Amino acid sequence: MTQMDPVSTFIHEEPSEAAPGVQRIDVDAVSSKERRSYYASRQRIYPKRARGTFRTIKWVVMAVTLGIYYLLPWIRWHRGPGLPDQAFLLDFANQRLFFGPIEIWPQELYFITGILIISALGLFLVTSLAGRMWCGYTCPQTVWTDLMIAVERFWQGDRNARIRLDQSPWTFDKIWKKTATHISWLLIGVATGGVLVFYFRDAPTLARELMTGEAPIVAYVFMGIFAISTYLLGGIAREQVCIYMCPWPRIQAAMFDQDSLLVSYRDYRGEPRGPHKKGQSWLNRGDCVDCKACVAVCPMGIDIRDGAQLECIQCALCIDACDDIMGKVGRPRGLIAYESFHNMEAPSEADRKPVRFVRPRTVLYSVLIALVLGIMGWAWVMRAPVEISVIEDRNPLFVKLSDGGIRNGYTLKILNKTHVEQRFSVRVEGIAGAEMAIVGQTHGERDVTVAADVVRALKIYVSVPRDVEAELSASSTPVRFVVTDATTGEEVIRDTAFRSPGR
Amino acid sequence: MAGHKEVDAVTGVETTGHVWDGDLKELNKPLPKWWLYVLYATIVWSIGYWVVYPAWPLVDGYTRGMIGYSQRNEVTKDIVAAKEAQAKFVAAIAERTPAEIEKDSDLMEFVLRGGATQFGNNCAPCHGRGAQGFKGYPNLNDDDWLWGGSIEAIEQTIRNGIRSGHADSHESAMPRFGIDQILTPAQISDTAAFVLSLSGTSGDAAAIERGKVVFEEQCVACHGPEGKGTVEMGAPNLTDGIWLYGGQKADIEETIRTGRGGVMPAWAGKLDPVTIKMLAIYVHALGGGQ
Ligand code: SF4
Ligand code: SF4
Repeated sequence: MTQMDPVSTFIHEEPSEAAPGVQRIDVDAVSSKERRSYYASRQRIYPKRARGTFRTIKWVVMAVTLGIYYLLPWIRWHRGPGLPDQAFLLDFANQRLFFGPIEIWPQELYFITGILIISALGLFLVTSLAGRMWCGYTCPQTVWTDLMIAVERFWQGDRNARIRLDQSPWTFDKIWKKTATHISWLLIGVATGGVLVFYFRDAPTLARELMTGEAPIVAYVFMGIFAISTYLLGGIAREQVCIYMCPWPRIQAAMFDQDSLLVSYRDYRGEPRGPHKKGQSWLNRGDCVDCKACVAVCPMGIDIRDGAQLECIQCALCIDACDDIMGKVGRPRGLIAYESFHNMEAPSEADRKPVRFVRPRTVLYSVLIALVLGIMGWAWVMRAPVEISVIEDRNPLFVKLSDGGIRNGYTLKILNKTHVEQRFSVRVEGIAGAEMAIVGQTHGERDVTVAADVVRALKIYVSVPRDVEAELSASSTPVRFVVTDATTGEEVIRDTAFRSPGR
Repeated sequence: MAGHKEVDAVTGVETTGHVWDGDLKELNKPLPKWWLYVLYATIVWSIGYWVVYPAWPLVDGYTRGMIGYSQRNEVTKDIVAAKEAQAKFVAAIAERTPAEIEKDSDLMEFVLRGGATQFGNNCAPCHGRGAQGFKGYPNLNDDDWLWGGSIEAIEQTIRNGIRSGHADSHESAMPRFGIDQILTPAQISDTAAFVLSLSGTSGDAAAIERGKVVFEEQCVACHGPEGKGTVEMGAPNLTDGIWLYGGQKADIEETIRTGRGGVMPAWAGKLDPVTIKMLAIYVHALGGGQ
């Protein structure tokens, strides 16, 4: 076999000094162009711990996003008797989605579509402004990978300790450290999958059922699927997901332009790079001391000094690493920083321009977001608490009666989305002399009650006597059902047709 | 073909040693180890599966497995469970009158849904999926009933059938006026013209007059003096424009000539009484029940 030993490639030269007090880290960018052969086996990345502004922001974002995910199902929301009191509940069994005060019925699923469209456009806007913010800070893959790496560091130590551990033979020490890591990852996975199912069933009830083994089998299946995928994607696969599985890195380039802020190495300032001796002048040389701190912290195993790369998730940890070094060698921070393509290509410091946030692209995305939000808001405000649909009988289309008249059958569905019982009065219009009968009601009774939160289906027969039928000119005559709310007097109208043999 | 080991210059990976078309070579990239182990694990798993579940076909059967699993048993269990779930409805249908059933909306829902399914399984081949009927098979949606349109009457018809050979079957036979040469073709034609006139279809006045005479002699006994029919004899109302065998003059002449005499099977014995009751209520609720 000629495959490279994934670990031994890291230690091949004596550590040296990059600058006074700054060790040069012995690291090669695993995902660099030269090493990214189609046939190469995966090489392990051992991200070193970073400290600084962006790392702190990332910890906070992790706490907030994971906190939302883990805690949301436990928030209660009182809706009245017979209704779930969970604020966020996807109640598929009863075909209702609850988001706090918002309640969505199956036929209103377009609200979900709207939310997805807004999310996508929001992502476009953020990406055009500041690159892969989503990838670097909030993507679940990033957040959980970050968490898994933190756990790994807790048990096995930082970069160097982990490399040494992987190279060492299987001692008791190694076995328990590895076992502890994997068990922790699995527990995080189980907690993640476990929380997911709470979104689909009353959380406290389900928690009790899970403990006693009475929960529905699908709950266990989905917990299992999510536990295993969290473990595999966050613990094992990590950067492989971003590099090889995720479509977003391929799509995002379409949202960048000259003014998008991307994590960049300011090569005009850093080059020529090289170790810096004590007392040496900074004239005629770059600020980069080639300490490779930026490469060591990178969770994607790339060298940001090679320029913008597909693999970079824009986590900004290399900014933290380099700022730390710049502080130590006494040069201004920001050798690696959020910077626009435009300024990266600027021939000199004088040609730099402040970043324009208002540009056609960002304006377009913002307008689209506002538009969809407006439509959704309007639809929400206009959302009728009562909905009606009419289905004509198709088989048979019409029935000839013994008195020579013609009868049509309809199914009228009344959706009462309010939480109280409602009374309605039903009538049919369009053919003078047509008689309406509601199955199950005494003859001539037009008032119906619909209980709270239900759909009531009424079977309705409309008969037209022979002499009236003889007047109908076509085999299909337009008629309409008018449903009047007995309390408010509001009318809802549905058009349909009355079928007859025709002339 | 196979020969010395060779390392590919570009990738540094060994080739399989095979060469196709003079210059095509393949790199030797074995399956990842974990993949291989998963394969072994599935093989081990399958052995356990053979032991536990039915697996191998034998000459006169198959290995049954340790836990005695069979899909047939599962279905039987499901059916028993479904029957149990339905038991309280079935009992209620058995002991209550149709009028009582109609008052209980839950029970009525069960009857109508179950009735629709049973209708599809048993009745639809003749009467159609929507009970709309075909020539010779009555439309059950309308309010024209040969043997009565109350729930009880419909139930009786379903149970015993029509000319079905069942002891309590509805029996009646319209004479075969033409075949048995009771009437001449001309008389039949006149009678048909008269019968059509009963439901308002105009025709040759003289023929209608002649037909009226024949009708009064031959037909009033069953169809009544005004042609409105008699339910006791299953004699159809001839004045309503609803025709089981078609309303053209030729259809009616054919009816008078042959007497028709359609048959409906008796369902007693084939379907249990509860199912028959459900069907009767369902058909009654199609809109034309009396
Ligand atoms: S860019 Fe900064 S962190 Fe990276 S090698 Fe140069 S000085 Fe070190
Ligand atoms: S290059 Fe920097 S921003 Fe990009 S993934 Fe690596 S550490 Fe994160």
